[in-house]
Amino acid sequence: MLEVQGAHAVHHELGFFRKYVWSLDHKVIGIQYLITSFIVALVAGALAMLIRLNLAWPAHVWPLLGKIFPHAMEGGVMKPEFYASLFTMHGTLMVFFFLSIALVGGFGNYLIPLQIGARDMAFPFLNALSYWTVLVGILVMFASFFAPTGAAAAGWVSYPPLSALKDAIPGSQIGQTYWIVGMVFFIASFTMGGLNFVTTILNLRAKGMTFTRLPLTTWTIFVVSILGILAFPALTAGSIMLLFDRHFGTSFFLPAGLYMSGQVQPHEGGSPLLWQHLFWFLGHPEVYILMLPPMGFTSDILSTFTRKPIFGYIAMVASVLAIGALSFVVWGHHMFLSGMNPYLGMFFTLNTMIIAVPSAVKTFNWMATLWGGKIRFTVPMLFALGIISIFVTGGLSGIFLGSSPVDIHLHDTYFVIAHFHFVMAGAALFGVFAATTLWFPKMFGRMMNEPLGKIHFWFTFIAYYCVFFPMHYLGMNGMMRRLYDPTKYEYLRADQPINVFISISAFVLGAAQLVFMINFFWSMFKGKKAGNNPWEANGLEWTTTSPPSARQLGWARSGGVPMAL
Amino acid sequence: MKTSARPKEGLFLGLTFGLIVVLGTVFFFKKWLPDLASDRVEIDHLFYTILIMTGIVFILVQGITGYFIWRYSDPTPERAVYLSHSRSLEITWTTVTALLMLALGVWGLSLWKNVTTGNAPSKALAVEITGQQFQWNIRYPGPDSKFGRVDPHLISDDNALGLDPKDKASKDDVVVQDDLYLVVNRPAIVTLRSKDVIHSFFLPNFRVKQDAVPGMSIDTWFTPTKIGDYEIACAQFCGLGHYTMRGMVHVLSQEQFDQKMKELGHVSYQHHLLTLKGE
Repeated sequence: MLEVQGAHAVHHELGFFRKYVWSLDHKVIGIQYLITSFIVALVAGALAMLIRLNLAWPAHVWPLLGKIFPHAMEGGVMKPEFYASLFTMHGTLMVFFFLSIALVGGFGNYLIPLQIGARDMAFPFLNALSYWTVLVGILVMFASFFAPTGAAAAGWVSYPPLSALKDAIPGSQIGQTYWIVGMVFFIASFTMGGLNFVTTILNLRAKGMTFTRLPLTTWTIFVVSILGILAFPALTAGSIMLLFDRHFGTSFFLPAGLYMSGQVQPHEGGSPLLWQHLFWFLGHPEVYILMLPPMGFTSDILSTFTRKPIFGYIAMVASVLAIGALSFVVWGHHMFLSGMNPYLGMFFTLNTMIIAVPSAVKTFNWMATLWGGKIRFTVPMLFALGIISIFVTGGLSGIFLGSSPVDIHLHDTYFVIAHFHFVMAGAALFGVFAATTLWFPKMFGRMMNEPLGKIHFWFTFIAYYCVFFPMHYLGMNGMMRRLYDPTKYEYLRADQPINVFISISAFVLGAAQLVFMINFFWSMFKGKKAGNNPWEANGLEWTTTSPPSARQLGWARSGGVPMAL
Repeated sequence: MKTSARPKEGLFLGLTFGLIVVLGTVFFFKKWLPDLASDRVEIDHLFYTILIMTGIVFILVQGITGYFIWRYSDPTPERAVYLSHSRSLEITWTTVTALLMLALGVWGLSLWKNVTTGNAPSKALAVEITGQQFQWNIRYPGPDSKFGRVDPHLISDDNALGLDPKDKASKDDVVVQDDLYLVVNRPAIVTLRSKDVIHSFFLPNFRVKQDAVPGMSIDTWFTPTKIGDYEIACAQFCGLGHYTMRGMVHVLSQEQFDQKMKELGHVSYQHHLLTLKGE
């Protein structure tokens, strides 16, 4: 039934360049996105290691590092401006250039056509273009490290005036311009991808693949594509306005009377809060863009490895839609203390409390899916279970921060760092691992090594809690984020042993990721051969060969006319 | 297919969930919030209420998930229970969650309204705090209770805020760096400004935090309740020296405060005379 009929007729061999480099095949593009994102993750992860090194032992002398970074760590001591570039670029690279492009660019590309029964994306050329565009963005971001005054250093949120006035911090010299250009490329790429995904899912579903049968993975990617299209252009506009403020003398974000480097700056009439609104109008939907696909993966993985249908499919879809819609009206909870009208804060507090409801529903549905199951502890299943734990932990701490009076004490402290590293970064990171280990056999026709996969899971899961859970306590005690040396404050000095514990755990966490990388690249060539459906899973992608042939699903569209299975 | 499942794995993972719950909960029993020295005790009440509520949910959800992982870690080939949905269960947990969240939201709203929009009593002590890289400029209006005019074009090494000497009200203004003096049990109304980038005025012991934004004047008020010295922190990343932007709050009795103001006013007056001579 599923044999590839007449494959020779449509399948003509492409040269290496057209097949693996400038490819229009969604599967190749998906893998390109994924591997690129891994490289970014390694860089961004290394930055985190340096951040933790300095937080545990502030301004300590590390002679070896002094040799590696002769300028940024002159004499082996990390300079505060280098530290600022580290956390700025760690956040930017992880959020936009690792998690977003792995989850949406990588798995979205690879899975959508296979899961809905289409030959390819609606616009294959646009698809390839989106990958090459984001690659330019990544190269620009990487290049900023080599700028004479260092990479951008105003935080991943890049609040002006710090990011707008060149003398405010060395990273706001040319480094910040690189950042803006890199972001514009990222958003352009994401908009192309989103447009393509939405069109494909709306128009190219195989006959019978109705919206109530769509796998939850595809559902979540569909919703996040819409979020991206609607939310991201706000920051394109904001970025270009910031560029103009920096280089062409406009004052979108700069008020009158700014005093810097011994003189009054020639700006007037702008508002720093405008940037914050534009940034978080993108920023908040963005965190759901990172969270929803892992929720989709978790649902599909739980269903596969408990040998049960997902509990409450309709409620799951409704929750995804509700989260997507509400994600546009909660951005102000990042700005409770920004000087925004406090009555606006009330609106955002209530919406934030309400968005917790669909998130809770998803968790309860996962628990109900586990109930009465026959659980198989494969590596993707372990990561999916990890997502539940991590997402619950992070979701609950969000209730503190969403409640504006409590946020007064916790805002901009390590409590926030703990919160988003669980709910957003953690769930998304575990989502990347769950999805990679699940769909690897389909991508490469080989299995990933299971013992290595389990070692990776256990070290990652436990180290993740050891790194980020104690940050709640630091935040309650009032330790601020983006702090080069916490020991400058008397009330934080007693917490320093916790910082040392966190840093050591972070090094373990970082080292564990090398196990994953080795496993990934080794298994690509040397892994055990996988059959079409090694997990005994449902879903159209498992009905075709591993890796899928050029004709994809042998029965799918032919000459634009959908053929029945 | 051959599954790799070993029942022990479910036990380990279930126990790990349990361990997370136990350790996470135990450490929350230590008092982490800095000692409270202001009247904002209600923020702590709301904090602990949310802590208890989320704590219960944390224990239950992680605990039950851990239990299910152990209980259903069964690789035998028998069929799993078929359960696709349960309308009554789903409606119940959605409604309960929604009501709880709404209740928390509404409590938060009323407290937020009191903290941020209420008017300070007229006898409140007025202080203006202007952030700059990397210090807090603290200005008292002096005996005339009026803040004088400032102009950024007049800023110099001697005149951090750009006080306008032509304005009478500015003559008795007292400006000090990084040391804030407040009176115990007397409300203080702090007006936050910034000269350059965004800073955030953070008093961990007072549950006070407010961004200082260039181009804006933002008021926040609270009442110190305990005599003593406490730290001021900058909570918004403001540049290289962000971590050094530390100040002190000194909560004094009214007499001590008056004495302090007299001293500072004198210093300020002397300084003023010197500046005039220099001109």
